[in-house]
Amino acid sequence: MERSEWPLWEIFIRSQHGLAHKHVGSLHAPDPEMAIKNARDVYTRRNEGVSIWAVRSADVTATAPGEKGPLFEPANSKIYRHPTFFPMPDEVKHI
Amino acid sequence: MYAQMVDTGANKLRALEDMGPEERAFQERVDADVKIEPKDWMPEAYRKTLIRQISQHAHSEIVGMLPEGNWITRAPSLKRKAILMAKVQDEAGHGLYLYAAAETLGVSRDQLVADLHAGKAKYSSIFNYPTLTWADIGAIGWLVDGAAIMNQIPLCRCSFGPYSRAMIRVCKEESFHQRQGFDIMMTLCRGSAEQKAMAQDALNRWWWPSLMMFGPPDADSVHSAQSAQWKIKILSNDELRQRFVDQTVPQADYLGITMPDPELKWNAERGHYDFGPIDWDELYNVVKGNGPCNRDRLQTRVKAWEEGAWVREAALAYAEKRAARAQKAA
Repeated sequence: MERSEWPLWEIFIRSQHGLAHKHVGSLHAPDPEMAIKNARDVYTRRNEGVSIWAVRSADVTATAPGEKGPLFEPANSKIYRHPTFFPMPDEVKHI
Repeated sequence: MYAQMVDTGANKLRALEDMGPEERAFQERVDADVKIEPKDWMPEAYRKTLIRQISQHAHSEIVGMLPEGNWITRAPSLKRKAILMAKVQDEAGHGLYLYAAAETLGVSRDQLVADLHAGKAKYSSIFNYPTLTWADIGAIGWLVDGAAIMNQIPLCRCSFGPYSRAMIRVCKEESFHQRQGFDIMMTLCRGSAEQKAMAQDALNRWWWPSLMMFGPPDADSVHSAQSAQWKIKILSNDELRQRFVDQTVPQADYLGITMPDPELKWNAERGHYDFGPIDWDELYNVVKGNGPCNRDRLQTRVKAWEEGAWVREAALAYAEKRAARAQKAA
Protein backbone atom coordinates (compact mmCIF):
# COMPACT_ATOMS: atom_id res chain seq x y z
CA MET A 1 0.00 0.00 0.00
CA GLU A 2 1.08 3.60 -0.63
CA ARG A 3 2.48 5.86 2.08
CA SER A 4 -0.41 8.18 1.42
CA GLU A 5 -2.64 9.43 -1.35
CA TRP A 6 -2.01 12.53 -3.41
CA PRO A 7 -4.15 15.43 -2.17
CA LEU A 8 -7.39 16.36 -3.92
CA TRP A 9 -7.72 19.59 -5.94
CA GLU A 10 -10.77 21.41 -7.26
CA ILE A 11 -10.37 22.59 -10.84
CA PHE A 12 -11.85 25.77 -12.30
CA ILE A 13 -11.70 26.59 -16.02
CA ARG A 14 -12.32 29.87 -17.82
CA SER A 15 -13.57 29.38 -21.37
CA GLN A 16 -12.58 31.72 -24.15
CA HIS A 17 -15.92 33.53 -24.20
CA GLY A 18 -15.19 35.92 -21.36
CA LEU A 19 -17.14 34.06 -18.67
CA ALA A 20 -15.83 33.60 -15.14
CA HIS A 21 -13.85 30.52 -14.09
CA LYS A 22 -16.27 27.66 -13.55
CA HIS A 23 -15.85 24.58 -11.39
CA VAL A 24 -15.43 21.52 -13.64
CA GLY A 25 -14.43 18.75 -11.24
CA SER A 26 -11.59 17.53 -9.11
CA LEU A 27 -8.42 15.48 -9.38
CA HIS A 28 -5.46 14.19 -7.38
CA ALA A 29 -2.00 15.73 -7.70
CA PRO A 30 1.07 15.94 -5.45
CA ASP A 31 1.67 19.69 -5.91
CA PRO A 32 0.25 22.81 -7.61
CA GLU A 33 2.23 22.39 -10.85
CA MET A 34 1.12 18.81 -11.30
CA ALA A 35 -2.45 19.80 -10.48
CA ILE A 36 -2.38 22.28 -13.37
CA LYS A 37 -0.74 19.76 -15.74
CA ASN A 38 -3.26 17.04 -14.85
CA ALA A 39 -6.13 19.51 -15.14
CA ARG A 40 -5.01 20.38 -18.65
CA ASP A 41 -5.09 16.71 -19.65
CA VAL A 42 -8.29 15.79 -17.80
CA TYR A 43 -10.46 18.87 -18.33
CA THR A 44 -9.28 20.71 -21.48
CA ARG A 45 -8.85 18.05 -24.16
CA ARG A 46 -11.30 19.85 -26.45
CA ASN A 47 -10.40 23.53 -26.14
CA GLU A 48 -12.67 23.98 -23.13
CA GLY A 49 -10.56 26.71 -21.65
CA VAL A 50 -7.85 29.33 -21.78
CA SER A 51 -7.16 29.54 -18.06
CA ILE A 52 -7.07 27.05 -15.16
CA TRP A 53 -7.31 27.56 -11.41
CA ALA A 54 -6.41 24.69 -9.10
CA VAL A 55 -7.40 24.93 -5.42
CA ARG A 56 -6.74 22.33 -2.77
CA SER A 57 -10.09 20.83 -1.81
CA ALA A 58 -9.08 21.04 1.85
CA ASP A 59 -8.86 24.85 1.49
CA VAL A 60 -12.44 25.28 0.30
CA THR A 61 -14.89 26.61 2.88
CA ALA A 62 -18.45 25.62 2.03
CA THR A 63 -21.92 26.20 3.44
CA ALA A 64 -23.56 23.21 5.08
CA PRO A 65 -26.91 21.90 3.76
CA GLY A 66 -28.44 22.61 7.20
CA GLU A 67 -27.67 26.33 6.88
CA LYS A 68 -29.71 26.65 3.72
CA GLY A 69 -32.75 28.13 5.49
CA PRO A 70 -31.11 30.85 7.60
CA LEU A 71 -28.71 31.80 4.80
CA PHE A 72 -30.89 31.91 1.74
CA GLU A 73 -34.50 32.24 2.81
CA PRO A 74 -34.27 35.93 3.82
CA ALA A 75 -33.86 36.77 0.13
CA ASN A 76 -37.24 35.20 -0.69
CA SER A 77 -39.26 37.98 0.95
CA LYS A 78 -37.32 40.80 -0.70
CA ILE A 79 -38.93 40.66 -4.08
CA TYR A 80 -38.47 44.43 -4.49
CA ARG A 81 -34.85 43.60 -5.35
CA HIS A 82 -36.09 42.45 -8.75
CA PRO A 83 -36.88 45.10 -11.37
CA THR A 84 -40.17 43.39 -12.27
CA PHE A 85 -41.51 44.41 -8.81
CA PHE A 86 -42.09 47.93 -10.17
CA PRO A 87 -44.78 48.07 -12.85
CA MET A 88 -44.01 50.71 -15.47
CA PRO A 89 -46.65 52.46 -17.58
CA ASP A 90 -46.56 51.45 -21.25
CA GLU A 91 -46.01 55.06 -22.33
CA VAL A 92 -42.75 55.29 -20.42
CA LYS A 93 -39.92 54.06 -22.64
CA HIS A 94 -36.30 53.06 -22.12
CA ILE A 95 -36.61 52.07 -18.47
CA MET B 1 -22.20 1.66 -19.25
CA TYR B 2 -20.71 -0.15 -17.68
CA ALA B 3 -22.33 -0.89 -14.43
CA GLN B 4 -24.03 -4.28 -14.49
CA MET B 5 -25.96 -6.04 -11.74
CA VAL B 6 -25.21 -3.45 -9.06
CA ASP B 7 -26.26 -4.72 -5.62
CA THR B 8 -28.54 -2.28 -3.78
CA GLY B 9 -28.74 -4.33 -0.58
CA ALA B 10 -32.54 -4.07 -0.80
CA ASN B 11 -34.98 -6.78 -1.82
CA LYS B 12 -38.20 -4.84 -1.71
CA LEU B 13 -39.28 -1.26 -2.11
CA ARG B 14 -40.44 0.79 0.83
CA ALA B 15 -43.42 3.11 0.55
CA LEU B 16 -43.09 6.72 1.70
CA GLU B 17 -45.21 6.04 4.78
CA ASP B 18 -42.82 3.29 5.92
CA MET B 19 -39.86 5.66 5.88
CA GLY B 20 -38.50 7.77 8.71
CA PRO B 21 -38.74 11.58 8.33
CA GLU B 22 -35.23 12.00 6.89
CA GLU B 23 -35.57 9.21 4.35
CA ARG B 24 -39.00 10.44 3.39
CA ALA B 25 -37.71 13.97 2.79
CA PHE B 26 -34.89 12.44 0.73
CA GLN B 27 -37.25 10.34 -1.40
CA GLU B 28 -39.55 13.32 -1.95
CA ARG B 29 -36.62 15.34 -3.25
CA VAL B 30 -35.65 12.50 -5.59
CA ASP B 31 -39.27 12.20 -6.78
CA ALA B 32 -39.33 15.96 -7.45
CA ASP B 33 -36.11 15.65 -9.53
CA VAL B 34 -34.10 17.74 -7.09
CA LYS B 35 -30.46 16.59 -7.23
CA ILE B 36 -28.93 15.03 -4.14
CA GLU B 37 -25.54 16.57 -3.33
CA PRO B 38 -22.72 14.92 -1.36
CA LYS B 39 -23.32 16.72 1.94
CA ASP B 40 -27.09 16.17 1.90
CA TRP B 41 -28.60 13.47 4.07
CA MET B 42 -28.99 10.19 2.15
CA PRO B 43 -29.86 6.61 3.12
CA GLU B 44 -26.75 4.55 3.79
CA ALA B 45 -27.86 1.98 1.18
CA TYR B 46 -28.14 4.73 -1.45
CA ARG B 47 -24.62 5.89 -0.67
CA LYS B 48 -23.20 2.35 -0.77
CA THR B 49 -25.03 1.45 -3.97
CA LEU B 50 -23.80 4.60 -5.67
CA ILE B 51 -20.23 3.90 -4.61
CA ARG B 52 -20.58 0.42 -6.12
CA GLN B 53 -22.20 1.68 -9.30
CA ILE B 54 -19.94 4.68 -9.93
CA SER B 55 -16.75 2.82 -9.08
CA GLN B 56 -17.76 -0.10 -11.30
CA HIS B 57 -18.36 2.42 -14.07
CA ALA B 58 -14.96 4.05 -13.41
CA HIS B 59 -13.15 0.71 -13.37
CA SER B 60 -14.79 -0.15 -16.71
CA GLU B 61 -13.44 3.02 -18.29
CA ILE B 62 -9.93 2.22 -17.08
CA VAL B 63 -9.96 -1.51 -17.90
CA GLY B 64 -11.65 -0.59 -21.19
CA MET B 65 -8.43 1.11 -22.25
CA LEU B 66 -6.70 -2.29 -22.45
CA PRO B 67 -8.44 -4.02 -25.38
CA GLU B 68 -8.06 -0.87 -27.48
CA GLY B 69 -4.56 -0.05 -26.26
CA ASN B 70 -3.67 -3.44 -27.73
CA TRP B 71 -3.96 -1.91 -31.22
CA ILE B 72 -2.27 1.49 -30.78
CA THR B 73 1.09 0.27 -32.03
CA ARG B 74 -0.52 -1.62 -34.90
CA ALA B 75 -3.07 0.88 -36.16
CA PRO B 76 -3.09 0.83 -39.98
CA SER B 77 -2.12 4.49 -40.43
CA LEU B 78 -0.73 7.44 -38.50
CA LYS B 79 -4.15 9.10 -38.62
CA ARG B 80 -5.89 6.04 -37.16
CA LYS B 81 -3.18 5.77 -34.51
CA ALA B 82 -3.59 9.40 -33.41
CA ILE B 83 -7.38 8.97 -33.28
CA LEU B 84 -7.13 5.76 -31.27
CA MET B 85 -4.72 7.36 -28.80
CA ALA B 86 -7.11 10.28 -28.34
CA LYS B 87 -9.95 7.85 -27.73
CA VAL B 88 -8.02 5.80 -25.20
CA GLN B 89 -6.95 9.02 -23.46
CA ASP B 90 -10.62 10.02 -23.25
CA GLU B 91 -11.39 6.73 -21.50
CA ALA B 92 -8.75 7.55 -18.89
CA GLY B 93 -10.40 10.96 -18.46
CA HIS B 94 -13.82 9.37 -18.09
CA GLY B 95 -12.45 7.05 -15.42
CA LEU B 96 -11.06 10.05 -13.54
CA TYR B 97 -14.33 12.04 -13.68
CA LEU B 98 -16.10 9.01 -12.27
CA TYR B 99 -13.59 8.24 -9.52
CA ALA B 100 -13.87 11.90 -8.47
CA ALA B 101 -17.68 11.60 -8.39
CA ALA B 102 -17.39 8.45 -6.22
CA GLU B 103 -14.97 10.19 -3.87
CA THR B 104 -17.57 12.82 -3.00
CA LEU B 105 -19.39 9.96 -1.22
CA GLY B 106 -16.55 9.62 1.27
CA VAL B 107 -14.44 6.83 -0.19
CA SER B 108 -10.87 7.23 -1.46
CA ARG B 109 -9.81 6.46 -5.01
CA ASP B 110 -6.95 4.30 -3.75
CA GLN B 111 -9.44 2.20 -1.81
CA LEU B 112 -11.63 1.78 -4.91
CA VAL B 113 -8.63 0.74 -6.99
CA ALA B 114 -7.51 -1.66 -4.25
CA ASP B 115 -10.99 -3.26 -4.32
CA LEU B 116 -10.73 -3.72 -8.08
CA HIS B 117 -7.30 -5.28 -7.80
CA ALA B 118 -8.44 -7.61 -5.02
CA GLY B 119 -11.29 -8.83 -7.23
CA LYS B 120 -13.90 -7.32 -4.86
CA ALA B 121 -15.14 -4.73 -7.35
CA LYS B 122 -16.36 -5.47 -10.85
CA TYR B 123 -16.09 -3.85 -14.25
CA SER B 124 -18.19 -4.39 -17.36
CA SER B 125 -18.16 -7.93 -18.76
CA ILE B 126 -17.51 -6.60 -22.27
CA PHE B 127 -13.85 -5.83 -21.62
CA ASN B 128 -13.06 -9.46 -20.98
CA TYR B 129 -13.20 -10.25 -24.69
CA PRO B 130 -10.05 -10.08 -26.84
CA THR B 131 -9.42 -7.65 -29.73
CA LEU B 132 -8.17 -10.08 -32.36
CA THR B 133 -8.11 -7.87 -35.46
CA TRP B 134 -8.16 -4.18 -36.38
CA ALA B 135 -11.84 -4.53 -37.22
CA ASP B 136 -12.47 -5.16 -33.51
CA ILE B 137 -11.47 -1.55 -32.84
CA GLY B 138 -14.18 -0.48 -35.27
CA ALA B 139 -16.72 -2.86 -33.72
CA ILE B 140 -15.94 -1.66 -30.19
CA GLY B 141 -16.42 2.00 -31.06
CA TRP B 142 -19.58 1.33 -33.03
CA LEU B 143 -21.23 -1.26 -30.74
CA VAL B 144 -19.67 -1.02 -27.29
CA ASP B 145 -19.52 2.77 -27.18
CA GLY B 146 -22.93 2.86 -28.86
CA ALA B 147 -24.35 0.70 -26.06
CA ALA B 148 -22.57 2.85 -23.49
CA ILE B 149 -24.11 6.04 -24.88
CA MET B 150 -27.54 4.41 -24.80
CA ASN B 151 -27.07 3.74 -21.10
CA GLN B 152 -25.32 6.97 -20.15
CA ILE B 153 -27.64 9.51 -21.71
CA PRO B 154 -30.49 8.71 -19.29
CA LEU B 155 -27.96 8.71 -16.43
CA CYS B 156 -27.29 12.42 -17.11
CA ARG B 157 -30.68 12.86 -15.34
CA CYS B 158 -29.83 10.64 -12.36
CA SER B 159 -30.52 11.85 -8.82
CA PHE B 160 -26.94 12.24 -7.58
CA GLY B 161 -25.46 15.59 -8.65
CA PRO B 162 -21.78 14.63 -9.08
CA TYR B 163 -22.65 11.43 -11.03
CA SER B 164 -25.06 13.32 -13.25
CA ARG B 165 -22.46 16.01 -14.00
CA ALA B 166 -19.80 13.39 -14.76
CA MET B 167 -22.22 11.65 -17.16
CA ILE B 168 -22.91 14.92 -18.97
CA ARG B 169 -19.18 15.42 -19.57
CA VAL B 170 -18.73 11.80 -20.66
CA CYS B 171 -21.68 11.89 -23.08
CA LYS B 172 -20.36 15.03 -24.76
CA GLU B 173 -17.17 13.14 -25.60
CA GLU B 174 -18.56 9.69 -26.28
CA SER B 175 -20.17 10.46 -29.61
CA PHE B 176 -16.72 10.84 -31.19
CA HIS B 177 -15.91 7.33 -30.01
CA GLN B 178 -18.93 5.78 -31.66
CA ARG B 179 -18.43 7.65 -34.91
CA GLN B 180 -14.74 6.80 -35.20
CA GLY B 181 -15.73 3.14 -34.76
CA PHE B 182 -18.39 3.33 -37.44
CA ASP B 183 -15.91 5.11 -39.69
CA ILE B 184 -13.46 2.20 -39.33
CA MET B 185 -16.26 -0.28 -40.12
CA MET B 186 -17.34 1.79 -43.13
CA THR B 187 -13.80 1.89 -44.50
CA LEU B 188 -13.42 -1.87 -44.12
CA CYS B 189 -16.82 -2.58 -45.68
CA ARG B 190 -15.96 -0.44 -48.69
CA GLY B 191 -12.57 -2.15 -49.05
CA SER B 192 -11.52 -5.54 -50.39
CA ALA B 193 -13.51 -8.74 -49.85
CA GLU B 194 -11.02 -9.72 -47.11
CA GLN B 195 -11.50 -6.39 -45.34
CA LYS B 196 -15.26 -6.71 -45.45
CA ALA B 197 -14.97 -10.26 -44.10
CA MET B 198 -12.91 -8.87 -41.21
CA ALA B 199 -15.68 -6.40 -40.41
CA GLN B 200 -18.28 -9.18 -40.51
CA ASP B 201 -16.15 -11.39 -38.29
CA ALA B 202 -15.78 -8.60 -35.71
CA LEU B 203 -19.54 -8.00 -35.72
CA ASN B 204 -20.11 -11.74 -35.25
CA ARG B 205 -17.93 -11.79 -32.17
CA TRP B 206 -19.02 -8.46 -30.56
CA TRP B 207 -22.77 -8.46 -31.20
CA TRP B 208 -23.97 -10.78 -28.42
CA PRO B 209 -21.51 -9.53 -25.77
CA SER B 210 -22.70 -5.98 -26.61
CA LEU B 211 -26.32 -6.95 -25.93
CA MET B 212 -25.22 -8.52 -22.64
CA MET B 213 -23.74 -5.18 -21.56
CA PHE B 214 -27.25 -4.01 -20.65
CA GLY B 215 -27.39 -6.66 -17.94
CA PRO B 216 -29.78 -9.54 -17.22
CA PRO B 217 -33.41 -9.48 -18.40
CA ASP B 218 -35.71 -7.29 -16.29
CA ALA B 219 -37.39 -10.36 -14.79
CA ASP B 220 -34.05 -11.47 -13.28
CA SER B 221 -32.79 -8.03 -12.39
CA VAL B 222 -33.41 -8.07 -8.64
CA HIS B 223 -32.02 -4.65 -7.76
CA SER B 224 -33.52 -2.63 -10.59
CA ALA B 225 -36.67 -1.58 -8.72
CA GLN B 226 -34.72 -0.01 -5.85
CA SER B 227 -32.28 1.71 -8.23
CA ALA B 228 -35.22 3.05 -10.23
CA GLN B 229 -36.89 4.42 -7.08
CA TRP B 230 -33.65 6.21 -6.23
CA LYS B 231 -33.34 7.40 -9.85
CA ILE B 232 -29.86 6.04 -10.28
CA LYS B 233 -31.25 3.80 -12.99
CA ILE B 234 -33.64 5.52 -15.37
CA LEU B 235 -34.56 2.92 -18.01
CA SER B 236 -34.72 -0.85 -17.59
CA ASN B 237 -32.16 -3.27 -19.02
CA ASP B 238 -34.61 -4.67 -21.58
CA GLU B 239 -35.82 -1.22 -22.69
CA LEU B 240 -32.26 -0.05 -23.29
CA ARG B 241 -31.35 -3.28 -25.07
CA GLN B 242 -34.35 -2.99 -27.42
CA ARG B 243 -33.51 0.64 -28.22
CA PHE B 244 -29.94 -0.37 -28.97
CA VAL B 245 -31.01 -3.17 -31.33
CA ASP B 246 -33.50 -0.89 -33.09
CA GLN B 247 -30.89 1.78 -33.63
CA THR B 248 -28.04 -0.53 -34.65
CA VAL B 249 -29.64 -2.94 -37.14
CA PRO B 250 -30.22 -0.28 -39.83
CA GLN B 251 -26.59 0.83 -39.40
CA ALA B 252 -25.43 -2.73 -40.09
CA ASP B 253 -27.73 -2.78 -43.14
CA TYR B 254 -25.99 0.35 -44.37
CA LEU B 255 -22.61 -1.31 -43.92
CA GLY B 256 -23.86 -4.41 -45.76
CA ILE B 257 -23.00 -6.79 -42.93
CA THR B 258 -25.41 -8.88 -40.85
CA MET B 259 -25.99 -9.56 -37.17
CA PRO B 260 -25.17 -13.18 -36.19
CA ASP B 261 -28.80 -13.78 -35.25
CA PRO B 262 -31.08 -15.80 -37.57
CA GLU B 263 -34.14 -14.78 -35.53
CA LEU B 264 -33.56 -11.07 -35.94
CA LYS B 265 -36.40 -9.47 -37.86
CA TRP B 266 -38.58 -6.36 -37.93
CA ASN B 267 -41.85 -6.71 -36.08
CA ALA B 268 -44.21 -4.16 -37.63
CA GLU B 269 -46.82 -4.77 -34.96
CA ARG B 270 -44.49 -3.94 -32.09
CA GLY B 271 -42.58 -1.34 -34.07
CA HIS B 272 -39.35 -2.98 -32.92
CA TYR B 273 -36.91 -5.63 -34.05
CA ASP B 274 -37.41 -9.08 -32.54
CA PHE B 275 -34.18 -10.84 -31.71
CA GLY B 276 -33.10 -14.32 -30.65
CA PRO B 277 -32.43 -15.55 -27.10
CA ILE B 278 -29.28 -14.33 -25.35
CA ASP B 279 -26.96 -16.88 -23.75
CA TRP B 280 -27.16 -15.58 -20.17
CA ASP B 281 -24.91 -18.35 -18.89
CA GLU B 282 -22.15 -16.73 -20.89
CA LEU B 283 -22.73 -13.36 -19.17
CA TYR B 284 -22.84 -14.87 -15.67
CA ASN B 285 -19.73 -16.87 -16.44
CA VAL B 286 -17.79 -13.79 -17.60
CA VAL B 287 -19.01 -11.76 -14.61
CA LYS B 288 -17.80 -14.57 -12.33
CA GLY B 289 -14.32 -14.17 -13.76
CA ASN B 290 -14.23 -16.90 -16.40
CA GLY B 291 -14.30 -14.82 -19.59
CA PRO B 292 -11.52 -15.15 -22.17
CA CYS B 293 -9.46 -12.25 -20.74
CA ASN B 294 -10.51 -11.68 -17.09
CA ARG B 295 -7.24 -12.83 -15.55
CA ASP B 296 -5.13 -11.04 -18.10
CA ARG B 297 -6.97 -7.71 -17.66
CA LEU B 298 -6.66 -7.72 -13.90
CA GLN B 299 -3.01 -8.79 -13.98
CA THR B 300 -2.22 -5.95 -16.38
CA ARG B 301 -3.96 -3.39 -14.11
CA VAL B 302 -2.19 -4.65 -10.98
CA LYS B 303 1.18 -4.65 -12.74
CA ALA B 304 0.69 -1.06 -13.97
CA TRP B 305 -0.32 0.04 -10.45
CA GLU B 306 2.64 -1.65 -8.79
CA GLU B 307 5.19 -0.51 -11.33
CA GLY B 308 3.92 3.06 -11.04
CA ALA B 309 4.19 3.12 -7.23
CA TRP B 310 7.68 4.63 -7.21
CA VAL B 311 6.53 7.51 -9.43
CA ARG B 312 3.61 8.33 -7.15
CA GLU B 313 5.82 8.16 -4.08
CA ALA B 314 8.64 10.20 -5.63
CA ALA B 315 6.24 12.95 -6.74
CA LEU B 316 4.82 13.19 -3.24
CA ALA B 317 8.27 13.17 -1.60
CA TYR B 318 9.40 15.94 -3.95
CA ALA B 319 6.32 18.04 -3.16
CA GLU B 320 6.87 17.55 0.58
CA LYS B 321 10.56 18.45 0.32
CA ARG B 322 9.82 21.66 -1.56
CA ALA B 323 7.04 22.61 0.86
CA ALA B 324 9.40 22.08 3.81
CA ARG B 325 12.09 24.18 2.11
CA ALA B 326 9.63 27.00 1.41
CA GLN B 327 8.54 26.95 5.04
CA LYS B 328 12.16 27.17 6.25
CA ALA B 329 12.90 30.11 3.97
CA ALA B 330 9.85 31.99 5.21
